[in-house]
Amino acid sequence: MTTSEKYVTAAYCVVFAIVLVYVLIMALKLQRLEREVDEIAGRVPDEDAEEAPRETAQVG
Amino acid sequence: MGRTSRIPLPLLAAISLVLVTTALAFVFFVAPDDANQGFSQRIFYFHVSIAITAYACFAGGAWNALLHLWKRDPNADLRSYVCVHQGLIFGTLVLLTGSIWAKISWGHWWLWSEDQLVLFLVLYLFYCAYFMLRFSVDPGPQRANLSAVYALFGVVLIPVSFAAIRLAKNLIHPVVFTLHGPNFGGWILVTYCIAQTALLALAYTLYRLELGGKRLDVRLRRLREVLA
Repeated sequence: MTTSEKYVTAAYCVVFAIVLVYVLIMALKLQRLEREVDEIAGRVPDEDAEEAPRETAQVG
Repeated sequence: MGRTSRIPLPLLAAISLVLVTTALAFVFFVAPDDANQGFSQRIFYFHVSIAITAYACFAGGAWNALLHLWKRDPNADLRSYVCVHQGLIFGTLVLLTGSIWAKISWGHWWLWSEDQLVLFLVLYLFYCAYFMLRFSVDPGPQRANLSAVYALFGVVLIPVSFAAIRLAKNLIHPVVFTLHGPNFGGWILVTYCIAQTALLALAYTLYRLELGGKRLDVRLRRLREVLA
């Protein structure tokens, strides 16, 4: 491998390493948001559990 | 934004992956060696494409800033912020790939005597300062207005930076696009077009990903406030 080839390879590796790091950061952030959604959902009372059982009615 | 935002993100990511892979195959296996620069010229397929993508992101940031100030579009501030952030990421890549090419061709990582390099660095630092300004103000209309005005000012630097490469006296930095069109043809042009399309698609995918995350973050914060 010539010096020129090594530098070109390094340039493309740098590009993909930075894009990969960015995607990883975004993935971690989305995971955190998902955890927060779960946490908030846990704080909201479960509507189905609180509602009284409904009688079935024929429709149509 | 209207029609393209309807494309599902996984499909967009798949298209970007296919395009980037095709671009890489063309760069390394199809495009011929340049007569003057030899193998090292292959950096330019991504370096130039990344630079134009960075300019497009900054221009997108300015356009959304204008929409925020003019039409009071409630989502424009967030879109402008994400565009500028994307532009900065691609700007970092321009500086890194450019430095690697400079080391091969000029024997130096950086030359302060080159106006075009320094001007791009000024543009880059100007947008770095955007984040300092944005995060020094509390969230709200004042932050959005200040950021929008700043992003609009920054767009003036784009044609200056673009023209600097053409106006430089010593012309060490290669000129890819002239007034008569691109400075190359054949497979080099085809490879460049594929690389440019791939980089724009990648930038748009990352933009959509980040914007989706930011919107979710804003909604969650509002929900927390309601529940508190």
